[in-house]
Amino acid sequence: MKLRIIPMTAVLGLVLSGCGGATSDAGSAPSGESKGTVNLAINPWVGYEANAAVIEYLLEKELGYTVETKNLKEEIAWQGFETGEVDAIVENWGHPDLKKTYIEDKKVAVDAGPTGNTGVIGWYVPQWMVEQYPDITDGANLNKYADLFKTSESGAQGQLLDGDPSFVTNDAALVENLKLNYKVVYSGSEAALIKAAQQATAQKKPLLFYFYEPQWLFAKEKYARVKLPAYTEGCDADPKKVACDYPDYVLDKVVSKKFADTGGAAYEFVKNFTWTNDDQNLVSDYLTNQGMSAEQAAEKWASEHEATWKSWIPAGS
Amino acid sequence: MTVTTAGRETGAAEDGAGHPGRWGAAGLRSGRTRIAVLVVVSVVALLSFRTTAAADSSDAAAFRFFDGVRDWVDANRDVNPLFLYGVNYIRLGVRLLVDAVSAGLTGLGFAGLVAVAGALALVVAGWRAGLLAVTGFVAFAVLGLWAESVETLALTLSAVLIAVVLGVPLGVLAARVRWVGAALRPVLDVMQILPTFAYLAPMTLLFLIGSPAAVIATLIYAVPVTIRITELGIAGVAPTAVEAATAQGATRLQLLTGVRLPMARPTLVLAVNQTVMMALSMAVVTALIDAPGLGQNIIRALERVNVGAAFDAGLAIVIMAVVLDRVTTAASRRRPHSWRVAVPVLGAAAVVAALPIGDAVPRFSFAAPVNALTGWVELHWYDVTEWLKNTVSAILLNPLETTLTTTPWWLFTVLVLVAGLLMADWRSALIAAASAAGVNGLGLWQHAMQTLATVLVATVLTMLIGVWAGVLCARHDRLAVLTRPLLDAAQTMPSFVYLLPAVALFGASRFTAIVAAVIFAVPPVVRLVERGVRDVPATVVEAALSAGSTPRQLLWKVQLPMARGGLLLAANQGIVMVLAMVVVGGLVGAGALGYDVVAGFSQREDFGRGLAAGFAIVLLGVLLDRLTQGFHRSTKGSRQ
Repeated sequence: MKLRIIPMTAVLGLVLSGCGGATSDAGSAPSGESKGTVNLAINPWVGYEANAAVIEYLLEKELGYTVETKNLKEEIAWQGFETGEVDAIVENWGHPDLKKTYIEDKKVAVDAGPTGNTGVIGWYVPQWMVEQYPDITDGANLNKYADLFKTSESGAQGQLLDGDPSFVTNDAALVENLKLNYKVVYSGSEAALIKAAQQATAQKKPLLFYFYEPQWLFAKEKYARVKLPAYTEGCDADPKKVACDYPDYVLDKVVSKKFADTGGAAYEFVKNFTWTNDDQNLVSDYLTNQGMSAEQAAEKWASEHEATWKSWIPAGS
Repeated sequence: MTVTTAGRETGAAEDGAGHPGRWGAAGLRSGRTRIAVLVVVSVVALLSFRTTAAADSSDAAAFRFFDGVRDWVDANRDVNPLFLYGVNYIRLGVRLLVDAVSAGLTGLGFAGLVAVAGALALVVAGWRAGLLAVTGFVAFAVLGLWAESVETLALTLSAVLIAVVLGVPLGVLAARVRWVGAALRPVLDVMQILPTFAYLAPMTLLFLIGSPAAVIATLIYAVPVTIRITELGIAGVAPTAVEAATAQGATRLQLLTGVRLPMARPTLVLAVNQTVMMALSMAVVTALIDAPGLGQNIIRALERVNVGAAFDAGLAIVIMAVVLDRVTTAASRRRPHSWRVAVPVLGAAAVVAALPIGDAVPRFSFAAPVNALTGWVELHWYDVTEWLKNTVSAILLNPLETTLTTTPWWLFTVLVLVAGLLMADWRSALIAAASAAGVNGLGLWQHAMQTLATVLVATVLTMLIGVWAGVLCARHDRLAVLTRPLLDAAQTMPSFVYLLPAVALFGASRFTAIVAAVIFAVPPVVRLVERGVRDVPATVVEAALSAGSTPRQLLWKVQLPMARGGLLLAANQGIVMVLAMVVVGGLVGAGALGYDVVAGFSQREDFGRGLAAGFAIVLLGVLLDRLTQGFHRSTKGSRQ
């Protein structure tokens, strides 16, 4: 019995391997061919979904591609470049370490230019707190107000509410390095952050939270940013020793090498895509507050902003 | 139908709940003395050796080691022969299998798949099951979740296929060859207490993201049940039948294929049934590593705190579970129809599949009413839920957490060892103590103790609710009948579905994880307690009643003490399930080890810590399991 199995597996191995074994992208479906399928990663915040909704809609309706969307957290989506699961990430927040790994070292991804949006990350408090405690927007005064922000989760310390653990954040290091008497608590998602923020405004409850722009909520309610020591080039080089505020991010698109090489018009389109924070907030608002599906929201925006997206369509398609 | 850890339960419950009544007074007294001594020693030791609860270092040796492993794997994935000729082939093979299964299911089309599912169910399990299968599959389309349901089904079936191909031969070997059985037992024990969450990161490290990694993770979760139940079935074949066949000159192979396997058939089908149920609940969780299907809907709903959307997807999962369960259960009880019935029925299904029938069915969604209800509860119960959360946190959780985190690790380890020696046997004690020391070695002591505090509080609440409900069910037959489908449904839901209502009510907190864990763990506890109480012999109950016991006396003096084995087993099962859920709570602000795991697979620089946290969770699970199981075993010994 044993004797028969060994040659069998050897043969099977040879047949399968052809030459040199299986690499990590073996067996993945060919993607990005002309009029083929585009695999779009969807990261978990609504601004990203707005970008993706419009890109998906136009790729399908104007260029005739099929779009597969995949719900993935940021860093996991990057791994998808390597496996062939992901062709494009359409709102990337910085991630210099991932760019080094996947673009420079592994050469499985390439930069596809900015989205036109500027990203801001910071700590915020609801407007009513600024009126009641005017000096609260200076990070140096936060310890004075720590008692206000106590919750069942933070114990004797104040609570700093963060979002999804996968979001770009230095908050744990910031709290430690700025010697703040606070504890970072992760709410788990953008939706949970927004819910907490809205509750804090409506019921006048104290809340210090991690938040970011572009973000539709700022068009509805006012929140003030808390100033931390200003960002200087390289002050966030070591993620464990960060003691400065977040930089402004030029949000950009990243695509897989394979998609850049063989994606044709779809790749050109993704590369050409740029719009403003207002555009994105509008679509985000459709998605979140008007109860529209991704397709409905994109259709509504596209029908009203033809001039903006006409220039994204590559010539000759 | 019990979905979780069925294999272990079956064996242990027979020992535990089967022979009640020889509970000697001497055993009771010495048990109390032991516990009293332990409590006094612990309190004195804790008071004299408290430490400040210094936060865990963010740069422990274990984290750096795992980061190194990750970097090595990343650099060698397409170079090292281990990957080129091993891991990558496994991935490729599994991918081909999933693609084939998925293409087969999708290729049938809506009407075709419904017809084929109905026909297969009819042939193997009778017309009732066939009807149920048709209704269930149509319901997926009605809920607007057809494509997602088919993807989940494809993942589940692929994993079950591999589990059966690997698990049944292993189970037969384990039953027939003593050392194989002995060697497998501890491995399976650990596999069954692995919280689903802990091994997603290692899976992505080896097999990257996507369906192959998802199927392999599902396989690891489900295959212990296949092996265990197959082993039970083969070992349970009547020796007389084997002897008769041997006397007639049957060879070993003939014995296996002609006697043992056919006689164990009902148990083997039961093994498939349990494997399917386990695989389904895991296949949904693997959406976290980019597996397609209903899990994606639930994750999206979680990200948007949209309870209604999750309700639809959760309902589809429950329907799928009920269909698969009823069909396989019925199949284990009866022989399939002969080919005279099978051929025409399957032929008719094939005709339906060939017909051009669209999937135009009326749509219905529960999302709007469920969201309206959630909104109402959030608005009107806000003060109540806040009060509940703050009270439990202040009175139970925080003091316990402080006590645990200020205990030096060596003292905790010694206490675990002593507790193990007093309550269980020396082996369990050593394993538990080694686990405690191991957690410290991983550099995650504080987080592990925070998780432990949450687990203990949730377990206490689970036991209070579970024992109360179990006793009620045991006393009122009608209630038991009514709750059965509810318990079935609750046990098939994948763990993180329960996070949603909890998050909606309690926001991001440890209490949210506690609530979800209680909902998750109560159903099996209710079942075990009910069975334990019902197993108390009727003659004993009658004797107590005729001696003038009130119902209350009957419960406290007779039924509960005699159902002790069942209660302890329920505690053991409950605590393992609570741990699995509490770490998933890391997704919604419960922090500690669960958060480390989540951060580990979503932030590159935290990978090492995440993997270490995964191991710490496993060690914590082993510790809790050994102590409670050991307790259970030793009381069994002391009774005899």
